[in-house]
Amino acid sequence: MLTVAIQKQLPDFLLDIEFCLNDEIVVLFGPSGSGKTTILNSIAGLITPDSGRIQLGDSCFYEQGKKPLPVQKRNVGYLFQDYALFPHMTVEQNIRYGLKPGSGLHLASLLATVGIDHLVQKYPHQLSGGQKQRVALVRALATEPDILLLDEPLSALDADTRRECQDELLRLHERWKIPFLLVTHDRDEANKLADVILTLDNGKLIQQNKSRGAKLIPSL
Amino acid sequence: MLETNMTPLLLSLKVALVSTLIVFVFGMLFARFMTKKSFFGKHVLESLFLLPLVLPPTVVGFGLLLLFGKNGPLGKLLDEWFGITVVFTLTGAVIASIVVSFPLMYQSAVAAFTGVDRRLEDAARTMGASEWRLFWTVVFPLAWPGLLVGFVLSFARGLGEFGATLMLAGYLPGRTDTIPVAIYFAVEAGQMEKALFWVVIIVALGMGTTLWLNWWSRRNVRRFANQK
Repeated sequence: MLTVAIQKQLPDFLLDIEFCLNDEIVVLFGPSGSGKTTILNSIAGLITPDSGRIQLGDSCFYEQGKKPLPVQKRNVGYLFQDYALFPHMTVEQNIRYGLKPGSGLHLASLLATVGIDHLVQKYPHQLSGGQKQRVALVRALATEPDILLLDEPLSALDADTRRECQDELLRLHERWKIPFLLVTHDRDEANKLADVILTLDNGKLIQQNKSRGAKLIPSL
Repeated sequence: MLETNMTPLLLSLKVALVSTLIVFVFGMLFARFMTKKSFFGKHVLESLFLLPLVLPPTVVGFGLLLLFGKNGPLGKLLDEWFGITVVFTLTGAVIASIVVSFPLMYQSAVAAFTGVDRRLEDAARTMGASEWRLFWTVVFPLAWPGLLVGFVLSFARGLGEFGATLMLAGYLPGRTDTIPVAIYFAVEAGQMEKALFWVVIIVALGMGTTLWLNWWSRRNVRRFANQK
């Protein structure tokens, strides 16, 4: 279980949130600039909150007054909004980059699941948006993370590809059984993917909806 | 012409190569440090790094003489600890060359490192890569074109260094007479042919390097443009 209770002063407002999640898909929903990405970055360890606590299972990522756990030791999978694929490496090199030594992970089947097994020798610039998204997803999962963070992973895709990728995410989550924390500002996407929707505004949680298909209040 | 002593060429290449290797490593280290950290007095330190670029070489040479001279703080230390003399030696020429070419390498490296997307480093970190590993596997390969520009510029600058070299290493034929120094003293002695010979050599070296660098970076820009 991931527990997050952090505060951080951002230029326009104070981010002050508290939530926990189990092995489910939790969507952080809210307008741009409401602090969603800051939460992901704090969990990943790319930025440090001002105060509070972040804990995943037995491992304490951050606690006020203590030295934060380094990014490298958190075992967090992170799918960046722009994918951040290494441009000078092939798809295969990208995916193998975070593979743990002696990992029993069956890469080929994972690649086949998302339909990119024929792309392993290509470079990122030779891929379409949807393909890049899948490579980035496989790359993040190849590290066998304890949690997967996804920062607007589908925002750059056209409607059809987007639907396919959403289905794929649901399938992978079924198989992987780790918490997925996904950021989006797309209402339909939030409704389709989420077990729990956390709605954020100006750094505060303003609503929490349980169960998949839970509808957001339209006025938000 | 045939019996012209070739030592200036060898000395010049030796000095430029040794100093460039040192400058490459330290320029890269400092640039990486400076692009990652911010601290009090950073801008002052940065200006200090770039100072040799704007000062007359004679001023740099004078400063180096004060530092590395027999009674200078560093000169004394090197002499007592390692028995190394700097003034009127090839070591002096190397040091002069290091100091004047460092800003070029430093600036190129800062530009090269700044050009590498921070997200890629973050991605590598979340995948468990240590700072050391991500530097060599992600930052260095992507910054390489800019780093190479720094390397070549430093080499060319080291090859052409005259003022500070003359003040620190002097003109000892066969020992510290690099090509630029040899040209100056050949002209002084009225040996115009000898001077012309070295002028042609150094122009050829300079043209060759810049031509190659131009060709190489054009090819590379194309390659990297495709990879965006």
